[in-house]
Amino acid sequence: MADLATTFAGIRSPNPFWLASAPPTDKEYNVVRAFEAGWGGVVWKTLGEDPPIVNVASRYGAVSYNGARLAGFNNIELITDRPLQVNLDEIARVKRNWPDRALVVSLMVPCEEPSWKQILARVEDTGCDGVELNFGCPHGMSERNMGSAVGQVPEYVEMVTAWCKHHSKLPVIVKLTPNVTNILAPARAARAGGADAVSLINTVQSITAVDLDRMAPEPVVDGKGTHGGYCGPAVRPIALRMLADIARDEAMQGLPLSGIGGVGGWHDAAEFIALGAGNVQVCTAAMHHGFRIVEDMIDGLSNWMDGKGYRTIVDFRGAAVRNYVHWGDLNLNFRTLAHIDQSLCIRCGLCYIACEDTSHQAIAARREGSARRYEVVEAECVGCNLCAHVCPVDGCITMVPQPASAPTLTWAEHPNNPQRVTETAE
Amino acid sequence: MTADIAPGRVPPAELAANFADAHPPLSPHEALVEASRCYYCYDAPCVEACPTGIDIPAFIRKIGSNNLRGSALKILEANIFGGSCARVCPTEILCEAACVRTAEEDRPVRIGALQRRATDWLMEHGPSPFAREAATGKRIAVVGAGPAGLACAHRLARYGHAVTVFEARAKPGGLNEYGIAAYKLADDFAQREVEFILAIGGVAVEYGKSLGRDFNLAELRRDYDAVFLGLGLGGARPLGITGETLAGVRDAVDFIAELRQVEDKARLPIGRRVVVIGGGNTAIDAATQSRRLGAEEVTIVYRRGAAEMSATHKEQDWAQMNGVKIRHWAAPLRLLGEGGQVVGIEFTRTRPDRNGRAEPTGETFVLPADMVFKAVGQVFVPDPLRVDGVPALELDNGRIAVDAERRTSLPGVYAGGDCVAGVDLTVVAVQDGKIAAEAIHRALRG
Repeated sequence: MADLATTFAGIRSPNPFWLASAPPTDKEYNVVRAFEAGWGGVVWKTLGEDPPIVNVASRYGAVSYNGARLAGFNNIELITDRPLQVNLDEIARVKRNWPDRALVVSLMVPCEEPSWKQILARVEDTGCDGVELNFGCPHGMSERNMGSAVGQVPEYVEMVTAWCKHHSKLPVIVKLTPNVTNILAPARAARAGGADAVSLINTVQSITAVDLDRMAPEPVVDGKGTHGGYCGPAVRPIALRMLADIARDEAMQGLPLSGIGGVGGWHDAAEFIALGAGNVQVCTAAMHHGFRIVEDMIDGLSNWMDGKGYRTIVDFRGAAVRNYVHWGDLNLNFRTLAHIDQSLCIRCGLCYIACEDTSHQAIAARREGSARRYEVVEAECVGCNLCAHVCPVDGCITMVPQPASAPTLTWAEHPNNPQRVTETAE
Repeated sequence: MTADIAPGRVPPAELAANFADAHPPLSPHEALVEASRCYYCYDAPCVEACPTGIDIPAFIRKIGSNNLRGSALKILEANIFGGSCARVCPTEILCEAACVRTAEEDRPVRIGALQRRATDWLMEHGPSPFAREAATGKRIAVVGAGPAGLACAHRLARYGHAVTVFEARAKPGGLNEYGIAAYKLADDFAQREVEFILAIGGVAVEYGKSLGRDFNLAELRRDYDAVFLGLGLGGARPLGITGETLAGVRDAVDFIAELRQVEDKARLPIGRRVVVIGGGNTAIDAATQSRRLGAEEVTIVYRRGAAEMSATHKEQDWAQMNGVKIRHWAAPLRLLGEGGQVVGIEFTRTRPDRNGRAEPTGETFVLPADMVFKAVGQVFVPDPLRVDGVPALELDNGRIAVDAERRTSLPGVYAGGDCVAGVDLTVVAVQDGKIAAEAIHRALRG
């Protein structure tokens, strides 16, 4: 039986599943329910200075896909709207009652050293395990020069991180905003400031939908809308890419990474961990189905690890990072061809029309009497695998790697590359 | 033995439920989820399996995009009776049998239910969506206001022709109105659909006008530019055994028609024990509706096996779910009567001969019956077409002979629906009417 326990930036947790700083972690009541359900840790919803901010109604927008709800999700909620002391008292009580769980406190105060110094002292008194700096909130707070307004300026990230390390003994996790052109800049700045870890991604600036009757972005607040922060399954690919960029960056080696962005099940978590995350943080999936989802996350990850022979999370953490390379390092001589298993084919014709209209005319549509038959024209197939993606039947279209006919050739060496590296033959 | 035939066997509320919509419509969300199950196949097998060739993936995709008007028009363009076909088509042997998900997981997309979602939406949202082209001055006579005749009339009206429909009965709709179980076309849907179709204008319907009695084919050919015959099947086939005139012995089609027309089903008498002879959907509808009227024991007896029944498996399951017992491999020998009233029916067991036909074994049994419904098929009655005792146009195997354009042997006369050869389904009749209308339009345009 796999051991899911993790130690992340010095913070111990019985499993790698934490709840992200968000509405589910705003109050003692919710957090206790989460711990009862089995979550390994929580990042308490971001605390700020008094007086508390004020929230609007409504707060959420969502993207449904073919009837599936919350394929993408966004919010225009701000940080906690409860008084600081109320939160601190609850945090202290929860940590006292749940000593084996990770309890990290998210923070966001103005970019002035005394503000950080003051709040860090009060937070430390709660006995919590660490702090996470919210440099990511993309709406409402950023206009007040906090949240992503800090996260988008590497100098500020480094500066505030350094203040926090200076004024607190607690582990400092810096939460990064994806609303930047290069995630490495704020990540390296966090490390330069002394961060103990980074977590990513925070939400993506977004408008989920437009109400075409009211002609306003959703969620509509008294006839008007604003951009919000996008999350849920739709952002997972973006999060994975940013995580992997950091994980393979030489300057970031050894810094713990907490993966966030559309994690809804154990398989998603395993992917984040394979790309270097030491743990994952979850929000949307819990908001969709409740805290009980963690049971299958734990169970599923454990079963998968047993099947693979991984005893601990560390055994496969980052295992896919070395295979995440730059495009220029891919082998241009590698060939793979589509293969249709006729015994599984249900004759939907999707492979044919996708290839015929939008790719390489490498699938032939034939009729044998009234029966349809779709066949790969190998001479035309470039191995793009569009057909395999559009095929609705698992395992019907597979990509078959072809025997190497030539040695590995990358773009750097390719004759078509004007900048190719050539050896001078004298 | 005395016959036990009585009305009001079922309390009113239960009776109403028994004859309400047997398969209620999909909710908007159900429809969206079901639409998402459609793979939007290229060269989709379901389209080929639809006698009217509805572009099924296209209309389902429009449901998914919440373009319900576009979806319904896509259906109605190919099949103006899309609403009733959504309810009565044996989709399990047509589009849904061909659905690739049937091959994949034996669970087809619910095409019929989705078609109903789109067409219901359109009928609930405004008047006829079809406009007529400029009047051509051409006049066409259509005989029979069933699906074939009205499909033909509607398409001709769209092209700007003036159509007169002659209908022998008091109401339009043909078998949709008189020949389908009440719970399949609940809430007077057949009439609402005809109103929707006729709303295009340019179609006059004359009720109570019967070919061969009130007018004849020669007059129609003289007075109109073209004639379409959608006559249906006029006669129910007899059993050909003794006792058919006994009280309590009826043609199933008459019983089904009466059920649809009666003001109050509680006043419709039904036997305690009912036997239905036959293996088609008429037998199923008569038997199931007997049960739902309160008959205690209803038995369908068919001379061959389940696989040979023309009722689909789904229909057979439906009957059995309703408490109907189906007995195979038995043929009626004679109806037993007492005082002029049927009290039972004697059968011989049968077995397949070398050609798969039923042959009697000689072993007999008797089923007691208060009522017996005959559902052994309907026949085309060519009498109204006879001139001096000879049919005025060519017949083919007892039905009107037509070519691919639904032209009969008489110039300017077209025919379709159950009165021509082919499968007797609403959807096939609609296709006949549509093809004939296109052919008539081409011919008249010159």
